[in-house]
Amino acid sequence: MSAVVTTPAGRTAAPARRRPPGGRRWTRFILPSYSWLIIAYLVFPIAVMILYSFNKVATGLQQVSFAWNGFTPQWYQQWKDIPGLTSAFWLSIRLAIVSTMLATILGTLLALALVRYRPPRFRGKSLVEQVLFLNIAAPEIVLGASLLGLFIYFNVARGFLTLLLAHVAFSIAYVAITVRARLSGFDRSLEEAAADLGANTWVTFRKITLPIIMPGILAGALMAFALSIDDFVTSNFVNGSAVPFPVWVYSATRIGIPPQVFVFGSAIFAVGILCAIASIVVGRKQP
Amino acid sequence: MTEVRRRARLGKVLAPYLLSLPAGLWLVVLFLVPLFVMLSLSLDTCNPATGGCAVSWNWAEFPQQISLYHSQFITSFYFAGAATLIDLLVSFPIAYWIAFYGGAKKNFFLLMLLVPFFVSFVIRTVVWEFILSDQGFFLGSLKHAHLLPQSFHALATGYAVVAGLAYNYLPFTALPLYVAIERIDKRVLDAAYDLYATRRDAFLRVILPLTVPGLFAAFLLTFIPALGDYINQQILGGTNDTMIGTVIQNSFLTSGDYAGASALSATLLAIALLGIFAYARLLGSRTIEEYL
Repeated sequence: MSAVVTTPAGRTAAPARRRPPGGRRWTRFILPSYSWLIIAYLVFPIAVMILYSFNKVATGLQQVSFAWNGFTPQWYQQWKDIPGLTSAFWLSIRLAIVSTMLATILGTLLALALVRYRPPRFRGKSLVEQVLFLNIAAPEIVLGASLLGLFIYFNVARGFLTLLLAHVAFSIAYVAITVRARLSGFDRSLEEAAADLGANTWVTFRKITLPIIMPGILAGALMAFALSIDDFVTSNFVNGSAVPFPVWVYSATRIGIPPQVFVFGSAIFAVGILCAIASIVVGRKQP
Repeated sequence: MTEVRRRARLGKVLAPYLLSLPAGLWLVVLFLVPLFVMLSLSLDTCNPATGGCAVSWNWAEFPQQISLYHSQFITSFYFAGAATLIDLLVSFPIAYWIAFYGGAKKNFFLLMLLVPFFVSFVIRTVVWEFILSDQGFFLGSLKHAHLLPQSFHALATGYAVVAGLAYNYLPFTALPLYVAIERIDKRVLDAAYDLYATRRDAFLRVILPLTVPGLFAAFLLTFIPALGDYINQQILGGTNDTMIGTVIQNSFLTSGDYAGASALSATLLAIALLGIFAYARLLGSRTIEEYL
């Protein structure tokens, strides 16, 4: 490009990079407009959700109607008026917190093993990687159905515990892959320097390794939390009498969902977006 | 002294295994063992009344279940295939634009691609039910303005299911495509132009061939989950176009036919694995994992 700029006026030199004409229309107008259109399409249902969380109800029943009946902030004031929904929400939050902690610890340890060791010292590494990939690639309904089969086979009572076991099982692989991706540029010489200065393994890990890989761990934890709080398919198989939020919402669709569902949906959306922006900002500060 | 040193050496030798032991154990017990239990259940004969199963090496379960539910399999392939195709066509240009022209705003645009994930999957699908409903804010107004005939219906049709699937799984297509296009060395493109390629040539003969593995990865990462999905169909579809996921769920949770449901799940898993192995054989230079 600079070659074109520095060419004296009047002289027609062949530019170093000959881009065919007409491309500007594509890159400046058509592609950006199209991309913004797709983004609008992706955001549109979320806007609809927020809009309908302000919809008045027409009948005595507390159900969101398809028709628009007028604006009301009522559902935000009465957000905990549906006991089943509120307890399902708190169950999902508790479940997501515990399963995120477990999956993040297990997944991070696994990622450390995968990044640092190769076959002569770590036999079976590629087997582990294949299991992780299979875990991610298998249709979720197969995972959920097979877990229920296991619990039935060994006569395990279904409830919070089976939900927790299942949620950690499907989160580990995502955490391990996310953390491994952030770990791959890790400079081992920093750890060696700490060891040379007399730090033992634990101190080196706590003072050097952990702070450096923290953004990766946070990204993995966010992923695990999002997977857990959003999970319907597996939860619907193994929940027993414990009802997480998505399962409650799904069963409510049969009879009509109360407007509070959209209030919770909007709140989860707001918190999620803030966390994502925060993690991008943190990631930018620590390259 | 030597005892301490030996223990330290042993710790170093065992380190990779100790680090991967907890997660590995969890995955073996709660992922691999269940898959084997499922395979063995599919060969059992179960009593729907008591829920008890006995090993009978009943291989007939597979052909029996598949012939019984072949139309649900076909519907699943049809819906998931259509949604995946739409997603590939829709997301290629935006992935291309973000990868080549996203500049400093790349992260922002990638976050926007992920934005649907910040709303619960079930709620997202319910919202599409609202958007596509006859009396809703959107189709209702269009009908009111006589821009649509009164007889027009979107809900409870295959189109609504495909629309829901296409929306819900779009990020699964767009992100692998972005990764694939991002990796193209921009100098290859410059070389093509230096050799007097037109824009069309450069796209068809440089960019497209280089993204073929990414296109197939995106296809698998969208098609496999869409194939097993039944929430979109249950919420947006009609009663005549049931997908295979519904059958598995009902067999397991309602009718207690564990053997039949396991056989169907095993078939679904086999289809997914077949796709992945075909990918590894045909386009094996890069694994699908790299597009995750």
